[in-house]
Amino acid sequence: MRRADLIRVGVFVLAAVALFLLPRFISDFRAQQFAYVGIYFIALLGLNLLTGITGQISLGHGAFMLIGGYTTAILMSNQDPPLELFGHAFTNDMRDIWTIPIAGLVAGLVGFLFGFPALRLTGLYLALATFAIAVAAPAVVKKFDGLSGGGGGINLFDVEGRTGRSVTDPVTFESTDGADIFGLHLDSFNEWLYYLCWTIAIVMFGVAWLLLRGRFGRTLRAVRDSELAAASSGVNLARYKTFAFGISAFYAGVAGSLLAIATTFVNPDTFPITLSIFLLVGVVVGGLGSLWPLVFGAVFIHFMQIEWAQRVEGVIPDFVPILGDIDTDAPGAPAVAFGVVLILIMLAFPGGAAGLIRTLRSLTTRGYDRVR
Amino acid sequence: MSDFFQQVVAGLGSGAIYAALALALVLIHRATGVINFAQGEMAMFTTYIAWTLIVNHGWSYWPAFAATLGFAFVLGVGIQRVVIAPVSNASVLTIVIMTIGLVLTFNGLASLIWSAEIRAFPSPFPNETWQIGDVSISQQDVGTFGIVLVLVALLWAFFQFTKIGLALRASALNPEASRLVGVRVGWMLAIGWGLAAMLGAVAGMLTAPTVFLDPNMMQAILIYAFAAAVLGGIDSPLGAVAGGLLLGVGLNLISSYVDFVGADLRLPVALLIILVVLLVRPAGLFGKVVTSRV
Repeated sequence: MRRADLIRVGVFVLAAVALFLLPRFISDFRAQQFAYVGIYFIALLGLNLLTGITGQISLGHGAFMLIGGYTTAILMSNQDPPLELFGHAFTNDMRDIWTIPIAGLVAGLVGFLFGFPALRLTGLYLALATFAIAVAAPAVVKKFDGLSGGGGGINLFDVEGRTGRSVTDPVTFESTDGADIFGLHLDSFNEWLYYLCWTIAIVMFGVAWLLLRGRFGRTLRAVRDSELAAASSGVNLARYKTFAFGISAFYAGVAGSLLAIATTFVNPDTFPITLSIFLLVGVVVGGLGSLWPLVFGAVFIHFMQIEWAQRVEGVIPDFVPILGDIDTDAPGAPAVAFGVVLILIMLAFPGGAAGLIRTLRSLTTRGYDRVR
Repeated sequence: MSDFFQQVVAGLGSGAIYAALALALVLIHRATGVINFAQGEMAMFTTYIAWTLIVNHGWSYWPAFAATLGFAFVLGVGIQRVVIAPVSNASVLTIVIMTIGLVLTFNGLASLIWSAEIRAFPSPFPNETWQIGDVSISQQDVGTFGIVLVLVALLWAFFQFTKIGLALRASALNPEASRLVGVRVGWMLAIGWGLAAMLGAVAGMLTAPTVFLDPNMMQAILIYAFAAAVLGGIDSPLGAVAGGLLLGVGLNLISSYVDFVGADLRLPVALLIILVVLLVRPAGLFGKVVTSRV
């Protein structure tokens, strides 16, 4: 292993320890929010592998999250009789984490299969097709209401006598006595959620790093930079692109499954077209083609939606008097903030957070001399 | 049978709206090779301007219509100059992300300024029907169809018979050569965006009376316009119009005669059309098959 890699592994372990200890220092509410950040981080890793590394635009990753979320919801909520797979009967106890890899695999398979028609679509056309998929997906879900619960959705843990067994009642969020999992005492549902999301996020980050540091990653980047050159060097474009789609969708599926567990409920509006678009924003904020800086993208998309955007409202003046009364309580602020930040980043810092970090590093270290 | 004709006429009405928005997409794609994902949201935003003029300021319909077209033109030109021109040499991904940024901005601005409340929008046509035999024809649909037809004819004449139209066509066809003969290509592209925004504004103002005005009004219409543009050939203005009308009639017939599809699966059917056309005949019905040199 190279020395640079050793340092990376060291930093990685330190970050993992910090993430492990974090819930001891923050409130229960914050723990829940950071759990959501973990979920977005997983989804961004997947989307970035496809869009940032392989160069295949997807404006529809929310649809893969939808597939993952609904897989988990259907497995958990069908208890009459319970669904069984590989000899494991799924329960609707929220600690039944085996629905998560299944959700990932289902989404991954769909992604892999979508990869085949996508082979014939490049650039804009792929963006168009994936965008249309994300817009149309909720309508399809509503149509098959026998399986999906239609517009009303599925309540994951809503069976009497079951919720009492979970760490916290996921419906009322009243704490029970807490629980011990792997020797760790967890006080609340949110804390449990935090550990679940970040354990999976760290594992999947490690997998993505290992996948991309070697031959496979180089090949994907070659496909992005020039399909023609890659093909002439003997790269099987079809194989690599479909695999990139499959892996990317697997990540999205896992994130969707966790999102379903976190909200304890899915319906078509859990995965709107804006989710797909926010994911793209997250990748751009983190930096296209980057890995760990995607954390910044995940923090950005979560906190912008729930907190920061409200402060942006004050910045918008009552500008044009002919428009009449401006309703500043209207729920448009997050979208405006997302849109403007997205455009500004693309104009000023096309590399996102990762690009900014690279620039800063090259200014502070010997790299500065090299740059000059 | 009378029901069939009624569905066809209603389909032509909604198809005309898809055609107008599809034509806007095609105009921009021909000139710059970009698909403007914000075309629908820009249309929605300009429709709100018209609503403000009519409802809040008491303008009558047609002056507000004209003023909105003017506003849309300025908006389109401005966006091209400020947001799109700086990245015109960047990758497709960058430009797509830019237009996505515009989608979010306009959608958010509309609900900030006008709230997400659903609003009624006036129509220039009476909400009545003509009886021809058994068939009752909505004047709304006929009027919509007529406006779009007039608009397309005007646009065609503009491109065919005016000097700016010629310059616009030249810049789309060969920007380098046009620059050499003194055409200001950058501004021509901006004018293209302005014209597209005007077409969008018309589509928006014609959509609003039937589906009501809200910030997400144009999202589904945009997908139908994508489908229409792809069906007709994304580089063919004639194709966009034909594709829009074909799609409008086709979707209406499918959703009234195929029970499984109904009204719920119109959008997925449009998606299916996009996918099938892109996979089977990417040039669409009227487009030229492009072979690229490598």
